[in-house]
Amino acid sequence: MDFLAILRIAIRALTRNKMRSLLTMLGIVIGVGAVIATVGLGQGAQEQVQNQIASMGTNLLFISSGSINKGGIRLGGGATKTLVDDDMKAILQQVPTVSEAAPGAGSTVQIVSDNQNWSTRITGTEPQYFDIRNWDFDRGANFTMDDVTRSDNVVVLGATVQQNLFGSTDPVGKTVRIGNLPFQVVGVLQAKGQSGLGQDQDDGVFVPITTLQKKITGQDWLQYIMASATSQPASYAAQDQITALLRDRHRIRSGEDDDFSVRNLADVAQLADESSKVMTLLLASIAGVSLIVGGIGIMNIMLVSVTERTREIGIRIAIGATESDVLRQFLSESVVLSMAGGILGILFGIASSMTITKVLGWSILISPVAVGAAVVFSTAVGIFFGFYPARKAALLDPIEALRFE
Amino acid sequence: MATLAQVELNLEQPAKGLPVIKVEDVHKYYALGETKVHALRGVDLTIEPGEFVAIMGSSGSGKSTFMNMLGCLDKPSSGRYILEGMDVSSLDKKQLAGIRNRKLGFVFQGFNLLSRTTALENVELPTLYAQMEKEKRTARAKEVLELVGLGERMDHFPSQLSGGQQQRVAIARGLVNRPAILLADEPTGNLDSRTSVEIMQIFQDLNDNGLTIVLVTHEPDIAQFAKRMVVFRDGKIRHDDPVRNRPKAAEVLKSLPTVDED
Repeated sequence: MDFLAILRIAIRALTRNKMRSLLTMLGIVIGVGAVIATVGLGQGAQEQVQNQIASMGTNLLFISSGSINKGGIRLGGGATKTLVDDDMKAILQQVPTVSEAAPGAGSTVQIVSDNQNWSTRITGTEPQYFDIRNWDFDRGANFTMDDVTRSDNVVVLGATVQQNLFGSTDPVGKTVRIGNLPFQVVGVLQAKGQSGLGQDQDDGVFVPITTLQKKITGQDWLQYIMASATSQPASYAAQDQITALLRDRHRIRSGEDDDFSVRNLADVAQLADESSKVMTLLLASIAGVSLIVGGIGIMNIMLVSVTERTREIGIRIAIGATESDVLRQFLSESVVLSMAGGILGILFGIASSMTITKVLGWSILISPVAVGAAVVFSTAVGIFFGFYPARKAALLDPIEALRFE
Repeated sequence: MATLAQVELNLEQPAKGLPVIKVEDVHKYYALGETKVHALRGVDLTIEPGEFVAIMGSSGSGKSTFMNMLGCLDKPSSGRYILEGMDVSSLDKKQLAGIRNRKLGFVFQGFNLLSRTTALENVELPTLYAQMEKEKRTARAKEVLELVGLGERMDHFPSQLSGGQQQRVAIARGLVNRPAILLADEPTGNLDSRTSVEIMQIFQDLNDNGLTIVLVTHEPDIAQFAKRMVVFRDGKIRHDDPVRNRPKAAEVLKSLPTVDED
């Protein structure tokens, strides 16, 4: 018998008991829907984490001045004064896997506009800092390398600072006071939102590193260097090369602790990625259990159906249906049931995902892989749970079956 | 009703000189719990092409067992069953399904049509298992339905047909794959006497066109329409005689009072 004929017979047999078929399908619909929605939820969360990490900067390496050991007393991170501007230049020149680097030092200041004031972090850096961090300007422009050379009093505002000091008015070109010094506002950054750690990244202002060092903090060392590796795989090599270079420059003998630390954000990204993957898998496997329960429902109904149609099976065998004909007929019924359930389940899963996105505001990512896997898996459930009833039908004794009332 | 003169029955002619059925010393045992039932105790029977054989006997005589065996639904415990020169007692299940499909036509007492399936589709069913193209299947099914006089009711469901019409659909289904032999198991058991004779008229017409028919019945009235009567008792053939003074069903019908079928 050809495939289409089998399919037509199966669909007809199923539409004969519409309510029963629909209820049986429901198990698969819910199972597949739950898998789609939970995987979507997990992947949405995963992407959100990825975006947050990407918002800190691409292939970012964070080199901070570290602890020192003074007669057995180890001071915390940032305590050393050994990380300097020349280190950054050396990294840029000697580590080929680093494409860009920017210095960083900071403090907390009170910033005052005409009639408002705000306490915020001030960061001294160089123009490429914003490039490394993938940070675009909302208004105005970046300060320049010339500003850095001249230690100009120019400032770039974070979105939160601009909100608090100027509200909706355009601050570019206006003057703010930091400490006792007037600074000209040259640009406002786009809002970046919270960092992965919950810190408001937009609450800060940026000035040339030289201005900060000479006019505000009076310290000529760096707190950190931000470097961008040429690619994510290269960031691991860069990490090792920077460590080796800085140990050499800082004359640290082997066996002694580093007086700096190099952190690779790819590590953080990977960790976050893995944890959300585990969560997705966990959710999906719970949803998968309901798919198996749905499969048992199919098996149950198919067994009832075989008993009810014993006589039909007897007729079919008597007029020449082989065992495999009967097997295929009943198997195709369970597969049609589970596949139809799978397709409805995908729609149900997408619909419920969209509802969750709308109501709870969670981001959900419907992946084609999850949809494909759901179809394959639901079909497999149909074959697996349909096989026993179909085999039972195929092995019926036609004489007994024809006598069945 | 269309007559056989209008539609030609295209039977595939069996090999010349060979009997359609040759049964040699067939025994059949059943294990019914502890007791062993000896249903057939050495049956020999030869049926030539074009014969119309009625098999009679009381219940428990072994006639149903014999019929199931002829229909390849059951296998003999010992002995040989040769259908058109082929020993079918040694075939496997799949081969037997092919034999049932292509060489044998079945007509049952309870019609055994698939409900909620039209007459045409019921008749098409055996062709479905014979790997035939769709157009050929439908053409064949229409042909045999016209042959049994149901050309006008192809789209009717069994529930919309009378008993006689249902049995005619079943006969058409039995004929659609052009079998070597038509096996009818109590085909008139559920029908009134007039309809029974109508069915026998179809059988006689088919037989006149060369179809070999084996009919199981317990009614002597029905058996007399056949050419040869075989009586079973206690698992053996007791009588095997030609029917004398065989009536023509068409003429018997004329003498019966007419009943409106619709």
